[in-house]
Amino acid sequence: MNAIILSALLGVVMMFSGIIIKEKSALKYIAAAGLLLLLIANLMHTYGIYQVRIDTHGLLDFQKFGLFFNSIVFAATLVYVLLSGKDIENTGLNVAEYFALIFFVLCGASILSAYNGLLMLFLGIEILSIPLYILTGADKRNMKSNEAALKYFLMGSFSTGIMLMGIALVYGATGSFGMTPPPVNPVTGLYQGSFLEVAGLLLLFVSMAFKVSAAPFHFWTPDVYDGAPSVFTSFMATIVKAAGFIAFIRLFAGHTTILGPTWKIILSFVIIATLLIGNITAVFQQSVKRMLAYSSIAQAGFMLFALYSNNDLTQEGILLYTVAYSLATIGIFAVLIKMKDYTYDGFNGLAKKQPVLAFGATVCLLSLAGIPSTAGFFAKYYMLAATIKEGGAFWLVIVAVLFAAVSAYYYFRVIQAMYFKDGDAETHGPISNGFKYALLLLSALIVLVGIMPSVVLNWLYF
Amino acid sequence: MIPVLLILIPLLTGLLSFLIKEEKTVKGWALLTSLVTLVVAVTGCWFYPAAQLTYTTSWLPGLGADFAVGMDGMGKMLCLLTAISFPVVFVATQKNTYKNAGRFYGLMLLTQAGLTGVFLAQDALLFYFFWELALIPVYFLCSIWGGEKRIAVTFKFFVYTFLGSLLMLAGILFVYFHTADQSFAIKSFYQVKLSGAQQGLAFWLFFLAFAIKMPVFPFHTWQPDAYEQSPTAVTMILSGVMVKMGVFALVRWLLPVFPQAASDSAHVIIILSVIGMLYASLIAIRQDDLKRLIAYSSIAHIGLMCAAVFANNKTGMEGVMIQMFNHGVNVIGLWIVADAIEQQLGTRKFSELGGLAQKAPALAILLMVMALANIALPLTNAFIGEFLMFNGLFQYNVWIAAVACISIILAAVYTLNMVQKIFYGNTVPATANATDINQNVQFTLVLLALLVIVLGVYPQPIISLTTDTVHAILK
Repeated sequence: MNAIILSALLGVVMMFSGIIIKEKSALKYIAAAGLLLLLIANLMHTYGIYQVRIDTHGLLDFQKFGLFFNSIVFAATLVYVLLSGKDIENTGLNVAEYFALIFFVLCGASILSAYNGLLMLFLGIEILSIPLYILTGADKRNMKSNEAALKYFLMGSFSTGIMLMGIALVYGATGSFGMTPPPVNPVTGLYQGSFLEVAGLLLLFVSMAFKVSAAPFHFWTPDVYDGAPSVFTSFMATIVKAAGFIAFIRLFAGHTTILGPTWKIILSFVIIATLLIGNITAVFQQSVKRMLAYSSIAQAGFMLFALYSNNDLTQEGILLYTVAYSLATIGIFAVLIKMKDYTYDGFNGLAKKQPVLAFGATVCLLSLAGIPSTAGFFAKYYMLAATIKEGGAFWLVIVAVLFAAVSAYYYFRVIQAMYFKDGDAETHGPISNGFKYALLLLSALIVLVGIMPSVVLNWLYF
Repeated sequence: MIPVLLILIPLLTGLLSFLIKEEKTVKGWALLTSLVTLVVAVTGCWFYPAAQLTYTTSWLPGLGADFAVGMDGMGKMLCLLTAISFPVVFVATQKNTYKNAGRFYGLMLLTQAGLTGVFLAQDALLFYFFWELALIPVYFLCSIWGGEKRIAVTFKFFVYTFLGSLLMLAGILFVYFHTADQSFAIKSFYQVKLSGAQQGLAFWLFFLAFAIKMPVFPFHTWQPDAYEQSPTAVTMILSGVMVKMGVFALVRWLLPVFPQAASDSAHVIIILSVIGMLYASLIAIRQDDLKRLIAYSSIAHIGLMCAAVFANNKTGMEGVMIQMFNHGVNVIGLWIVADAIEQQLGTRKFSELGGLAQKAPALAILLMVMALANIALPLTNAFIGEFLMFNGLFQYNVWIAAVACISIILAAVYTLNMVQKIFYGNTVPATANATDINQNVQFTLVLLALLVIVLGVYPQPIISLTTDTVHAILK
C-alpha cells in the first residue's frame, strides 16, 4: 500500500513543483529523490517495518513477490532517471509533468503487482496506460510523435474495450471479480468452466497480449516505439512492459486449468509467432531505434515463457528477466538518445570517438543477446529452465534457442558498427562525465548480475 | 589453487592490459604474465599432488551449480598446451604492430582465461560459461585486427558457433533436469540415467556445438575464411588451441554422459569425419594461399581426431590425447612460418613465391621439420599420435581405416607441394631481396622443432600425463 499511495502523492507533488520551482534542471533531482523515497517506502513494507493499512476488502493482496517486483521497478526507474534525466528535460517545455506522469505510471505498476480482482486489474492497466499516451505525444511539435500518440491511444482504448468485455463475461459467469478458480468437478476431476467464462478469459488474454505486445497483437509497437520521444520509448519498453507481464502472470497463474489443454496450444502459438515476427523483422531494420522496438517484441516472446510454466523457477525467472532486460534496454536507449543519427551507419566509429559510450552499449547489447556473464544470460536461462522443468515442451525451447541465435545477428550489427567500421558517429553535444560514470556503473551492474544472479534472487528468500 | 590461478592470472592481467598505452610495455607485460602462467601450469602438471588440483566453491546454490575446477590428465595436457602456446605466439609475433596494442593483448589474455576455464571446468554450467567467454574476445580480435573481409567472416564464425552453443545449452538443461540430485556437477552428469531416445536427442544437441567448433564436415564452412582473415596471432590460437575445445568436449562431456547414443551414432560420425578428411585434403591440394592450405590441412587432422574418439578404444583414445597436444605444436609452427613469409614478402600466394630457400635457409630447414610433422613422418611427434589413431580406427572398422589412410598420402602431396613451391626453384621478384627470419621467429621455431623431435622420439610424458583420463573414459 505504501508504494501505491506514495507514488500517487509524488506524482501530484511533481506536478506542483513545476509551478514553484523555476529551475528546470532541479526537477530531475527532485524526481530522483522521490524515487529513492518510494523505493525505501516499498522496502519498509516488504520487510514489515511499516506499512499503511487500508482495508481494501481483499481487492489488493500484497505478496513478497509483488513487493519485490515493485522494488525492482522503482530501482530501474531510478537508474533511468539518473541516466536519462537530462534528456527528459530536453524533450519539451513541461518537464515537471513528464516526471509526474512517470510517477503515475509507477502507481499503476504497483497496483498491477498486487491486484486481487479483475476490477483492480482494469484500474491498474488504465492508470498505467493513460500517462503513457501523453508521454508518447510529449514531443508535440513532431508529427511522428503525435501520430504515435494517437495510434497508441486508439489501439490502447480498443484493447481496453476488449478487456472490459472479458471482465464482464467472467463476472457474468462467476458472479464475482475474484480470481479464485472455479470448483473442481468431483466426478471428472476437471474444472467446470462455463462457456462464458472461457470466452471471457480468452478476451482477457487477447487484451493482455496487446499490452505486452505479443504477436499477433503487436502491430502498434514498432510505430509507437519509433514515434515516441526515444527517452520515453526506453521507459515504455522496459518498466511498463514488465508491469504488463506481472499483471499477465498474476491473471493466468490460477486460471490456465479452466482453458484445459487448449491453453498450451494457444500460448505456444503466440510465443512462436512473437519470437518469429520480433526476430525476423528486427533483422531487416535499418534504424537502431526501430530494431530495438522489434527486439522488444522478441524479448516479450521470451518473457511469455513465464506463462507457459508455473513453478518456482518461473517466478525467479521473470524477476531476473525484468532486471536484466530493463537495465540493458535503459542503457542502450540512453546511448541511442545521445546519437544524432539513429541508423546503423550513425553508430559507425563510435568506439573511437566515445569509447565509454561504445563500451556501455556493448555490454547492454551482449546482455540483450544473452551472452554468459551478462544478466541477460541468466534471464533467458531461467525462462528456458522453467519450461523444461514443466516438461512436455522441449521443442519449444529449441525454437526459442534458434531465435536467440538470430537475435545475436541484429544486436551484433550495432557492435560491428561501433567498433569495426570507420565513420564519424556524431553525438548531440558533449557527453558529460556524470553520464559516463553512470553508464559504467550500469555495465558493472549488468555483469555482476550476470555472474552472481543470487545477488538479486537471494532477496526473495530471506 | 593451481587451477584457479591458471584462470585468474590471464584474466586479471588481461584486464590490466587494457590500461597500458605503450605498445612495448604491453608486449613485455603480456609475455611476462603468460610465462608466469606457464610456470604455474608446469608446476600443476608434474610437481603437485593430484588431491590439491581441484577447487570447488559455491556459485549458484539455488541451481546446483558450483564454481568447480579441476585438473585431470587431459585437463593438464591441454592447459599445458594453452600455457605454452601463448608465450610462443607472443614471442613469434613480437615484431608485428597493432593499433591499440593494449586492447589486443588484453583480449588475447582474456581468451587464454576462457580457454583454460573450458579445459578445467568440472561443472556443466561453468563449462558453458567459459565456452562462450572464450569466443567473445576472439570475436573482437578477429573483427578489429583481421584482414579485409574480416567483419563478415568473423560474424559468420560467431553466429555459427553461438548457435551451436545455444543448442548445447538446451542439451545441458535437458540433462540437468534428469540428474538425480538436480545438479550441474560433472559427477551427476556422468551418473544420469536417460532412455535411449532421450540420450539421442541430447547427444545431437551437444554434438552440433562441438562439431561446429572442431569443425567436422559439413560444419566446417566458417573455418578457412576465419583462419585466413584473422590476424595471424589469433589464427595460431584458434587452430592451435581453440579447435581442441571441440575434441576435448567430446571426450569430457559427450562420451561419458551419453555412452549409448555415442556408440549408436559412432558410425555416422566416423564416416562424416572421414569424408571431411578426404574432402579437406583434396581441397588443400588445390589451394594457392598458404593460410588456406594450413586451414584445410587442419580440418583434415581434426577429422581424424573426431573419428578416433568415436572409435572408442584405448589405442585410438591415446592417440587423440597425444595428437591434441602435437597438432597444437605443429600447426602453430606452420602459422609462424606463414606469418614470417607474409610479414616479409607481403604475399601468401604460392604463385608469387619461389626459391626462398636460397635466401632464407634457416626458415627453410625449420619449415621442413614442421612440414614433415604435418605429414606425420616417423620420428616426428605427429607420427605416434596418427599411428595410434589409425590403429584405433582399424580396430573399429578395417575399411573405414583403409579409406582414411588415403589422407596420409594426400597430406604428403599438399605439404610437400607447398614446400616445393615456396622454397625451391628460382627466385621470383617477390623473393629476390628476401632475408632470413628474425631472431624471435627463429627462436620460437627452433623451440617448436625441438618439441616435434623430442616428442617424436619420446612421447611418454604426454602419454603418462593422460593415462588416467583414457582409463576413466573407457571404463
